[in-house]
Amino acid sequence: MYDTGVVALDGVDLDVREGEIFGVLGQSGAGKSTLLRCVNLLERPTSGTVTVDGQDLTVLGDAELRRARRRIGMIHQHFALLSSRTVAANVAFPLEVAKVPRAERRARVAELLELVGLDGKAKSYPAQLSGGQKQRVGIARALAARPKVLLSDEATSALDPGTTQSILALLRRLNAELGLTILLITHEMHVIKSICDSAAIMREGRVLESGRVHDLIARPGSQLTRELFPLPEPAPPGSLTVTFPAGQAEEPVLSGLVRKFGVDVNILGGSLEELRGVSVGRLRIRMEGEDTAAALAYLRGRGLLVEEETP
Amino acid sequence: MSPEELVPVLWEATAETAQMVLWSTLLTAVFGLPIGVLLVTTGRGGLTPLPALNAVLGAVVNIGRSLPFIVLMVAILPFTRLITGTTIGTVAAIVPLTLGAVPFYARLVESAVRGVSREVVEAAQAMGARRVTVVLKVLLPETLPALVAGLTVTVVALIGYSAMAGAIGGGGLGDLAIRYGYQRFDTTVMVITVVLLIVIVQLVQSLGDLLARRLSHR
Repeated sequence: MYDTGVVALDGVDLDVREGEIFGVLGQSGAGKSTLLRCVNLLERPTSGTVTVDGQDLTVLGDAELRRARRRIGMIHQHFALLSSRTVAANVAFPLEVAKVPRAERRARVAELLELVGLDGKAKSYPAQLSGGQKQRVGIARALAARPKVLLSDEATSALDPGTTQSILALLRRLNAELGLTILLITHEMHVIKSICDSAAIMREGRVLESGRVHDLIARPGSQLTRELFPLPEPAPPGSLTVTFPAGQAEEPVLSGLVRKFGVDVNILGGSLEELRGVSVGRLRIRMEGEDTAAALAYLRGRGLLVEEETP
Repeated sequence: MSPEELVPVLWEATAETAQMVLWSTLLTAVFGLPIGVLLVTTGRGGLTPLPALNAVLGAVVNIGRSLPFIVLMVAILPFTRLITGTTIGTVAAIVPLTLGAVPFYARLVESAVRGVSREVVEAAQAMGARRVTVVLKVLLPETLPALVAGLTVTVVALIGYSAMAGAIGGGGLGDLAIRYGYQRFDTTVMVITVVLLIVIVQLVQSLGDLLARRLSHR
């Protein structure tokens, strides 16, 4: 809460599992930036607790909090690099803060620059780099003190689509190789789509829903599903909206429906997405015929989520 | 004045101006820098918000900025005597010069430090940096080119003020121009001092610009 009395976050309860990539999606002003800054207490919540790696940060004293922050890396929308320092010196900065000896710093910096694909840029200044390269420096710097958790504050929002993809791929790789837990906030659906295991949707300081992406999609009335597969809303009366969870989108369900139950199926709209390599889809149809009830049961029996719009 | 007389007089006046300006610049940097940084860090949303100190500091700086230099110089004569034991001469002139320039430079430092983005400061805090580390390793290095540019502007202002300090016996080029050029109608001296002042200011400004450019990696 700010001293202006505006409630930026209200009753937010999020659980990010170790080793996952958790994305918080929301429009600007939804409170996601405040939420992220609460995790390392850049913003101190008026009530509640923040537990990172088993440690409640809200009870720590100044010195302890500074030590705890070293275990939490952070990357920023506008990179937040020091323009007066070279790439190597930027990456070394958190190590200086942690009073790591010079020789050790140098070795670690070389290692990190190689990890993010920036070897050879050590002596450049940030102003000489592209946006994507700057964010790679930001990532290397965030990882310097070997954190277990990485916070990402709209890290790809200032980048073009191609660069965004390469940065997301890097984050995915670091997550897999280092077991790094990543909590990111974004207003871009495709970030959630391409790298997140779990997601939360925020609006006006509250979390509307949160959980594993595939679980959310299988849940009726999911906001995430609606934003992921945009179809004209509200659904026309008498229509069916069928969500195909992980793996089901490749099955020839509709033709089976027509053959087995002799119903007519009219496709009103639909979309298919690839979520981390698995196809997931949403289809809006109108079904006419003798045995629509049995056809519906058949669809549900196949593990599909069917939402009916009463005529 | 004959050239034989003029050269040593000019030389001495230039040395006095240099002495006044160099010392007061040094002292201005020493006092103005921390005041300028404090104006930002104690302010709303700063590193260590201290509204009372910030208000007092701001008011004091504004008072210093609102007095015309010649008034300030006369008004603080007792203080000058307290510090230097005299109110006359080059050394005595350093006191009002410093006092006049500190608020000026502090405001320049303030606006330079404000130019460091909040995101950069937060990034350092998120790494677990102490506040003093943020000041010494983020705020000051990031603003160094602007601090140098600001100091250059301050030096030029001090050269101007130092001419007025001549009025209380500070000596220097301004004093020479008034005494010989104006009061004795010696146009040659007037022209020479004016040209000399222009050349010095140009040199200072070019040097400052060059240094600021060298330091900037933006």
